[in-house]
Amino acid sequence: MGEIDRIAEVLHKHKQDPRYLLAILLDIQESENYISIEAMRAAAEYLGVSESRVFAVVTFYRTLSQKKKGRKIIRVCMGTACHLRGSTAVLHELEKKLGIKSGGVTEDGEYTLETVNCVGACALAPVVTSGDITFGRMEPSKVAELLARGAFA
Amino acid sequence: MRFETLSDFKNYKNHISQEQKNGKEIWICGGPGCVANGSMSLAEEFAKALVKKTSSDDSTSFWHSIKVLIQHEDKNPEQLIKIGTTGCMGPCENGPIVHVEPDGFYYQKVTVDDIEGILSSIKENMPYKTKAMSGNDGKPAEIPSAENIPFLAKQKKLVLGKMTSMSPLELEDHIAHGGYSALIKALESMTPEEVCNEVKASGLRGRGGGGFPTGTKWESCRKSVSDKRYVLVNGDEGDPGAFMDRALMEGDPYSVIEGLTIGAYAIGSSEGIIYVRHEYPLAVKRLANAITNLEEAGLLGTNILGTGFDFHVEICKGGGAFVCGESTALMTSIEGKPGVPRVKYIRSTEKGLWESPTVLNNVETWANVPHIIVNGAEWFRAIGSENNSGTKVFALVGKVRNTGLVEVPMGTTLREIIYDIGGGVAKNRPFKAVQTGGPSGGCLPGSMLDTPVDFDSLTAAGSMMGSGGMIVMDDRTCMVDIARYFIDFLVEESCGKCVPCREGLKKMQMILHDLTEGKGQIGDTDALEELAEGISDTSLCALGQSAANPVLSTIRYFKDEYIEHEKDHFCRSGVCKKMFRVTIDEEKCKSCGLCSKNCPVDTIEKLDSGKYRIKQEGCIKCGACFEVCPFSSVDIVKEVIDHD
Repeated sequence: MGEIDRIAEVLHKHKQDPRYLLAILLDIQESENYISIEAMRAAAEYLGVSESRVFAVVTFYRTLSQKKKGRKIIRVCMGTACHLRGSTAVLHELEKKLGIKSGGVTEDGEYTLETVNCVGACALAPVVTSGDITFGRMEPSKVAELLARGAFA
Repeated sequence: MRFETLSDFKNYKNHISQEQKNGKEIWICGGPGCVANGSMSLAEEFAKALVKKTSSDDSTSFWHSIKVLIQHEDKNPEQLIKIGTTGCMGPCENGPIVHVEPDGFYYQKVTVDDIEGILSSIKENMPYKTKAMSGNDGKPAEIPSAENIPFLAKQKKLVLGKMTSMSPLELEDHIAHGGYSALIKALESMTPEEVCNEVKASGLRGRGGGGFPTGTKWESCRKSVSDKRYVLVNGDEGDPGAFMDRALMEGDPYSVIEGLTIGAYAIGSSEGIIYVRHEYPLAVKRLANAITNLEEAGLLGTNILGTGFDFHVEICKGGGAFVCGESTALMTSIEGKPGVPRVKYIRSTEKGLWESPTVLNNVETWANVPHIIVNGAEWFRAIGSENNSGTKVFALVGKVRNTGLVEVPMGTTLREIIYDIGGGVAKNRPFKAVQTGGPSGGCLPGSMLDTPVDFDSLTAAGSMMGSGGMIVMDDRTCMVDIARYFIDFLVEESCGKCVPCREGLKKMQMILHDLTEGKGQIGDTDALEELAEGISDTSLCALGQSAANPVLSTIRYFKDEYIEHEKDHFCRSGVCKKMFRVTIDEEKCKSCGLCSKNCPVDTIEKLDSGKYRIKQEGCIKCGACFEVCPFSSVDIVKEVIDHD
């Protein structure tokens, strides 16, 4: 199934009411890893809203991205508790090991590195999440080993 | 199971309450902390061990009476013993936690090797001491029940009460623990107006941080003329360092929805929306599961229990924007638009979502409602302090020994929470500050530790109750850096609609970055204060108006640190890397070598005298040596700028 079909499938899961615009875009983001111009047009047409409104929503919400993300997304928590317990050092180590800056995608399209403002697992600070997995009490020294065994999802 | 009438429900409740009383229950904590520590696989091993016991042990009937209440997200009906877990039990630092009912025993750091021991102890009706949570003397408690464990003893679990002994998935479990009794009471014996008055009389105030009287809000919405009214749950818990609402939505979603349903009944609404941040996928899943089960049971939908009351609930996911936690921005976001706030000339209770009267309350506020309806306003007022009735849930985190989720009566002091419940500062380091209220709150110093934790006292002290993040900081936390951290956060999250917040914060950010990078200039601190006042006075929404609080409160209580950064270009806490160096005091050094062993860049050398010295060229100023030195011989001193 191509991108266009997948997007059509996502659209038809939702009622044709403009209130579901954000919900639709979140689902497209999840299925495609980004929101293409075509996807925005399709959503606008489906809901009967202007393309500019769709664009405004896509650019406003942090979760929605116009750039294709990596297959695996590593999120470093930058919440206060994590900050206090050294999340910046963990982020720097990941940047070094992956060879990308936060927000970037590795050349092979495998990883996207992101920061997130608190995932609510503060008791385990500093925390890195990937998919459904939470890596608690992170240390820069754990990064290499986690990457080596493909622990991120 | 489907209830057509009120008496259907009551008959069912009587039936299962009796059933639940038999046998022991083993609960394994399924909060995010414990899950990361392996509680899921532990739960499965528990179930396996029980299956084995029922087939081999001679007292089969005894083992059969134990329900291992561990439940997978995907139910497998073929499994003989139900598998599942609870929501967050609270003592995250010591997970995985295992809770045995009806004895009320709590075990910490439980591993697969303890399963046999715990099971035998249950059979012998004794506590399993090796893994008992610590008592008052710091040793495993003789009888590890809540009152003997300092972390639990001073808490009053009201909204978190059901969570330690109930599956967050099963409606049956929830009803057996008293769930939905409040809605039944309201529908059966109270008019909507009486419900409103009861909540008003209880003195319940908004737990999201604002502290606005909930009953007053409901009443004003009730009185607005309209065909359509909405009730909303604010589950967009965006404050960094806070996970109370996450814990509630994941651990006891039914209570939140029950509260919402009662609210809908009181104000005359038939549609509710739960707005949850996208970063909480499990909360979304659990709420969705609860809604499905409630619809099947006839506790949500059309003509609920034959009373003619209709109520439908939907979930709306956020898109990762902090500002959407602000009430008007949240409503704009639900409408499918960019979530920017509007000026509140007209209150949401008159014109909110889609221009209709709307009540928006925080997750924890809704979860309080059933307790008030069941027990009455008087009972609720008796908990907490004056004008601040009830309890408050906090996420106790940062540099504190026992991190976790705690619930205390309002008016408990910061000291009691941090020292009696939290066990004091981690690694016995000196206490420096406690941050409450997230990016809208402030940092309070040691001299303010006896401040009672309630809406009014915290605001008077220059901080804020906020939604309930409580972050403890030790002497290795730089207050200027913390202010910079929050302003960085807010600059990124400012929606950009109004100038003071968008531009003013950026200006503050520039000054704070200069201060933390050794480029501070005389007058910077004054400039920050001036900017802060401007932003507070002129921003459009509550987030902008409170955005300067982290800076104002740190200047108020830690001005000397600002002046040090501004004038001396020195960071005493050893955080701002360009402004200090780490040295070893040879007089105090006892040649133990711990620092050298722990140095990640191998830059600590042993001198001929046997003492150690840090080679400044390679030092990355990580502070590892400082943390491990048992003799406090590692010093943070002013960086020598002139290298000649």
